[in-house]
Amino acid sequence: MSITASASGLDAQALRAQFPILDREVRGGGRLIYLDSAATTQKPLAVLDAERDYYLTSNAAVHRGAHQLAEEATEAFEGSRARIAAFVGARADDLVFTRNATESLNLMAYAFSNATAKSRMGEILPEATRRFVLEPGDEIVVTQMEHHANLIPWQEVCSKTGAVLRWIPLTTEGRLDLDSLPSVITPRTRVVAFTQQSNLLGTINPVSPIVDAARAVGALVILDACQSVPHMPIDVTSLGVDAIAWSGHKMLGPTGIGCLWATPETLDAMPPFITGGSMIETVTMEASTFAPPPKRFEAGVPMVAQAVGLAAACDFLAEVGMDRVAEHERQLTAHALDRLAHEPGVRIVGPTDMVMRGSAISFVMDGVHPHDVGQILDDRGIAVRVGHHCAWPGCRAMDVPATTRMSPYVYNDEADIDAFVEALSDVRRVFGVS
Amino acid sequence: MEDLYQEIILDHYRHPQGRGLREPFESQVHHVNPTCGDEIDLRLHLEERDGVLTVADVSYDGQGCSISQASASVLYENVNGLPLADALYALDRFSEMVTSKGEIAGDEDVLGDAVAFGGVAKYPARVKCALLPWLAWKDAVVQATESIEGGSA
Repeated sequence: MSITASASGLDAQALRAQFPILDREVRGGGRLIYLDSAATTQKPLAVLDAERDYYLTSNAAVHRGAHQLAEEATEAFEGSRARIAAFVGARADDLVFTRNATESLNLMAYAFSNATAKSRMGEILPEATRRFVLEPGDEIVVTQMEHHANLIPWQEVCSKTGAVLRWIPLTTEGRLDLDSLPSVITPRTRVVAFTQQSNLLGTINPVSPIVDAARAVGALVILDACQSVPHMPIDVTSLGVDAIAWSGHKMLGPTGIGCLWATPETLDAMPPFITGGSMIETVTMEASTFAPPPKRFEAGVPMVAQAVGLAAACDFLAEVGMDRVAEHERQLTAHALDRLAHEPGVRIVGPTDMVMRGSAISFVMDGVHPHDVGQILDDRGIAVRVGHHCAWPGCRAMDVPATTRMSPYVYNDEADIDAFVEALSDVRRVFGVS
Repeated sequence: MEDLYQEIILDHYRHPQGRGLREPFESQVHHVNPTCGDEIDLRLHLEERDGVLTVADVSYDGQGCSISQASASVLYENVNGLPLADALYALDRFSEMVTSKGEIAGDEDVLGDAVAFGGVAKYPARVKCALLPWLAWKDAVVQATESIEGGSA
């Protein structure tokens, strides 16, 4: 492949050739400068080709059918599972495919509400599954910086089970207040679900102190890795958590596929989430038994083409090298923070230094609403995200109604960052602020 | 982009007319734009004047982008003191203009400064910003007329 990088680092200019969308013009002639990769990334040709090739040559319903195409499709699907699992240091059998990370997190949340409902109906559950049964007053811990996808499912579990939601608050700098751990994580805590890297603030959270506090009280630990798996080398088995959720489309893969990794003991103990075909062992009119993981959690015809595409994305990133991806983003982020520090009226919402910091940078500008900032950047061909970034409580904690967020990835370079920063003076000009 | 950020809109954003919640009022609504977090609290006071139900006061407070905040200001200028039927007519014309994808230019005789929001129609993501105060007002009208009818029944 012609992609990748020199020994010294990642060559974003060379990589860009693999992303034809980045050549298009926007808003009447400007070059597209895409800085919204925390929302979704662009897709390289290798991913598009892999999906197309699958449909051109092997398309069939997997895990059924006696014909050659069905065999090849199954091989493509399960082979993709193995490659995606290997990318994060996992065993293929411990990787469940979902529609997106939101569904992965819901799958975990529903394990609790479903086990609890069954238990309250008098069903005798296996000992391991009882870990998912909640009593009124049991506590679920999240953080104040969670994406709604790792907040609302737990609010719903609480409303269905009588469990109580608690959270680790933020400091004014947008980091977790770890001093609160002893009071927030208590013997009543049954689940701790938190993000490894904030999509709103860019903060990278320290995993081990939270895992240690959760382990000390026997709580299950779930990690939202949507903003970490695409941006740094991750070995899921070394983090010490029980389950990890992430999405395909934020790491150069297609939409429509998310991942859930969990330890085999965790997956084995969990009741199913979405039920139907493909996830069963035996079925009678009265009752059914369920397939072992991961199939227990993959009802219906799965997203085969998307799995093939995501595996191609993992191969692409592996060839670039996740160390290089992380280093490249570190350089771009340091450059952006440095330049933004000299911009009048700009306040970073989140850490302003490079300590435990990812590449998503949220900011507000004096006298201009974040939405208007984004609109004027868009007029210069610069794509950023505006709003609360599905982390509304985090915005409130940081005392901002919304932010403008720029988030670079492998195909961005310093010139993109410079264009973005220079366009901020246009924002000030249009709104007459200085 | 100058279509979107016309000086008249920026002027209303910097110097909003009629802002602040006031008494009396028959209805109060709180509307949000859940994708960007814009919020408006709006109160409506209706009064019979010479036998005609009239918008006696629209008062509001909120936070959000220039488009939504300026739109609240022009809403106030437009409908305050108008017979309710005329104010509802203006709402329909405004709504028609901003959702027309640029096909329908607003009638300045009906809409006044609000015609400046015609440029918003070319930016689909901003249409909901412009409509936020107007739809909040419409909701307030429904609630106020229900409470008036309920009260007189």
